[in-house]
Amino acid sequence: MNSESAYITGSCIIRRNQVYLNGSLLWEAGQELELPEFLRAGYDRFSGQYPKFHKMDALSKLGWLAAEILLKDTRVASLQPEQVGMVLSNRSSSLDTDLRYYATVKDFASPALFVYTLPNIVMGEISIRHGFKGENTFFVSDAFDTALMSSYPAQLLAVTPLQACICGWVEVMEQQYEAALFLVENKSDGMAEPLTAAALSSLYQTNK
Amino acid sequence: MSDLKAQIIEQLNLQEITPESIGNDQTLFSKDGLGLDSIDALELIVLLQQHYNIRIANPEEGPKIFHSVRSMAEYITANQTAKA
Repeated sequence: MNSESAYITGSCIIRRNQVYLNGSLLWEAGQELELPEFLRAGYDRFSGQYPKFHKMDALSKLGWLAAEILLKDTRVASLQPEQVGMVLSNRSSSLDTDLRYYATVKDFASPALFVYTLPNIVMGEISIRHGFKGENTFFVSDAFDTALMSSYPAQLLAVTPLQACICGWVEVMEQQYEAALFLVENKSDGMAEPLTAAALSSLYQTNK
Repeated sequence: MSDLKAQIIEQLNLQEITPESIGNDQTLFSKDGLGLDSIDALELIVLLQQHYNIRIANPEEGPKIFHSVRSMAEYITANQTAKA
């Protein structure tokens, strides 16, 4: 199902140590940086002043960073907490962190790692940062499902109090990672594309 | 106490804090102190076990033990002495 009243008003894609905002290359870090170093560099470049970032697992850091970039200079901050939701997805769930946690169990099980052994925690971290209290859901699928990621957020915008929804893909497994977050809203800023699977797919494939 | 501060920073991944910036009597869990949370409390318990082989027998002692770096250091000293 596609919506006549849902629009893609922003996108942030992070892959191969490059950050794209609304389709344009915003920042590129050295290709020699491994994921933890890249994420720290991204934090220093785009945020800072949020020490809890350092305690997050890689999945949460990646999603948090993408949201930080995506939401800058948007109207989302002016919405009520219950009017902003999230629908995210990935392939590996929290397996990357699950394995790291499991490795600690034979010695001292790490409480700090344990709390990240669910994929939806990334949405909690983003919600805490921005004060969102709207509905959120996390799906696990083999690949970015543009049909689901267009129809479900459109439905939420149509039948719930949500006026904006962050949807997309946040995947981390060892050094392989990719974030593709899209801001979808029930209002167009004039330049926004209608939210359709084809539009999401086109944006996702750009610079891939 | 500077060694203990360094251990706390490493255990809790407090990357933007230096040992010198933590006061000996600064509260660990209040917002106007170091602002630690409940997961940090669990990590501090792990720290005591890992580095000092100390297990906290009575959880109700936690707030007193983890009030500040000084209170932690005093608890470690007392319990290591008791074990010696």
